[in-house]
Amino acid sequence: MKYLLILQGTEGEEQANMTPDQMIAAMEPWNRYTQELVKAGAFLAGEGLYPSASATTVRHVEGGDRIVSDGPFAETKEQIGGFYLLDCADLDDALAWAKKVPVGPGSAVEVRPVMDFTDFGYETPDATTPTG
Amino acid sequence: MPPHQPADRTPASVVDALFRRESGRVLAGLIGRLGDFDLAEEALQDAFTVALEKWPGDGVPDQPAAWITTTARNKAIDRLRHGRRQGRRRLELEALARSVSSAGADSQEENALSPIVDDRLRLIFTCCHPALAAEARVALTLRTLGGLKTPEIAAAFLVSPAAMGQRISRAKAKIRDARIPYRVPGDADLTDRLAGVLSTIYLIFNEGYSASSGDRLTRSDLCAEAIRLGRLLAELMPDESEVLSAVALMLLHDSRREARVDEGGSLVLLPDQDRSRWDRAQIEEGMGLVAKAWRMGAPGLYGLQAAIAAEHARSVDGSAPDWERIANLYGLLETVNPSPVVRLNRSVAVSMTGRNEEALAIVDELLADGGLAGYRYLHLSRGEFLARLDRYEEALAAYGNVVRLSENQVDRSFVGKKLADLQQRLADGPGPSP
Repeated sequence: MKYLLILQGTEGEEQANMTPDQMIAAMEPWNRYTQELVKAGAFLAGEGLYPSASATTVRHVEGGDRIVSDGPFAETKEQIGGFYLLDCADLDDALAWAKKVPVGPGSAVEVRPVMDFTDFGYETPDATTPTG
Repeated sequence: MPPHQPADRTPASVVDALFRRESGRVLAGLIGRLGDFDLAEEALQDAFTVALEKWPGDGVPDQPAAWITTTARNKAIDRLRHGRRQGRRRLELEALARSVSSAGADSQEENALSPIVDDRLRLIFTCCHPALAAEARVALTLRTLGGLKTPEIAAAFLVSPAAMGQRISRAKAKIRDARIPYRVPGDADLTDRLAGVLSTIYLIFNEGYSASSGDRLTRSDLCAEAIRLGRLLAELMPDESEVLSAVALMLLHDSRREARVDEGGSLVLLPDQDRSRWDRAQIEEGMGLVAKAWRMGAPGLYGLQAAIAAEHARSVDGSAPDWERIANLYGLLETVNPSPVVRLNRSVAVSMTGRNEEALAIVDELLADGGLAGYRYLHLSRGEFLARLDRYEEALAAYGNVVRLSENQVDRSFVGKKLADLQQRLADGPGPSP
């Protein structure tokens, strides 16, 4: 079963002001965590996102119009900073991984089960299919 | 068949009693084998419906619970053949249900009846999973393991049956969609997860015990149900001292339920309660469990609370509770559970040792923190301490706050008496001390 781990936190200026060495040091726990996921066979995908100031939202409104606007879904203090797509046995398994994500204090990890449409003829593209 | 004919009453009442007693066990077994909460529940309902139709005519079978299990399995297969479930999942389930049936037919019928201990324990942990909201855990536990019907749970929690039905079906949908596992957690998580189970059971008990509004009769059923669930858990996990302590705590509180309210419906505080109305059997059992749990290791949240309750229960034989010990136990409890309510309780114990100034200092600090400012028992205790210190004007103001904050008629009339008493004392002139 697939789960999406949505990483949420308060956006800061820290990253922008980091030196390359500091960036590498900051990435270290993330590399370690991702490697652990890969080793356990749970990793399907995972990325970090640019801050929400870089977001553009396309709203689908009544009547077929598409309205493109600057900014994320909602202008709140907490924003999505990244995600992991995991293959887990059940929710307890996914929650155990969510507890290990190296986000800082004050952040949150939302765990969402991913719908399975394979019984309805939807073919998952290869890019996100686990080996086999 | 006419509704009041005695012949059809018996099977119907057998079905009802059977549902209360056995549905949790049968359901747990079905979920365990089918791996599908909804399907198991639907099949179980079907089986009881068939029983209600057939038993009045055919008579009650020799082994009613085994009959229900077998019928529910067959109904599960029927539902799979004609139901909405599609694709691979349906084929998997059909195979599972068939294997369950043939296993049942091969083995002794009593095999189907034998306590499926692990399944019921799994079901408790699933229903009390931290991924479910507390109110959903309560409702689901009562419905699946308690064998209560949705309208009964709705009545006890003062919501409409439709709203309660929705709460339960949302919880079941989450179990299915998020794949909340049907298993007892491993050692690493067991302490945490067990705490979640115990808090759910204790929440059910408390809802029945300290009703802030509503019908008292329905509410006391919740106490009995919580104790039943606690006993079941103790039977399934006999080596967990906190489980034994939680059962002890509920028994010791429940032993005083009859004495807490007088004939006029007013609240009676512990020191003024009629000891002869305390339930001695419950006290004895509770005290025994407290002693047993304490021998098993360092007491936790429930071990400490049960020890405090046991200290109070000792006065059933006329001996005074050891308030110094109670105050110390509350101090220990504060280290396990640093909550303002625990501090408030400690202040009461401190006051009972005669140190009213110290007790007042604790509640004044709590009042300044603000978290409990709207809690009526804080103002009630504060009023008591002030009255004991002969500060009647301030005590009156504190009791006034209690009346303002109470939604419960029993509490209000209790405070009404206190107010009248204090006003009398004020009218009589200055108190005995200068």
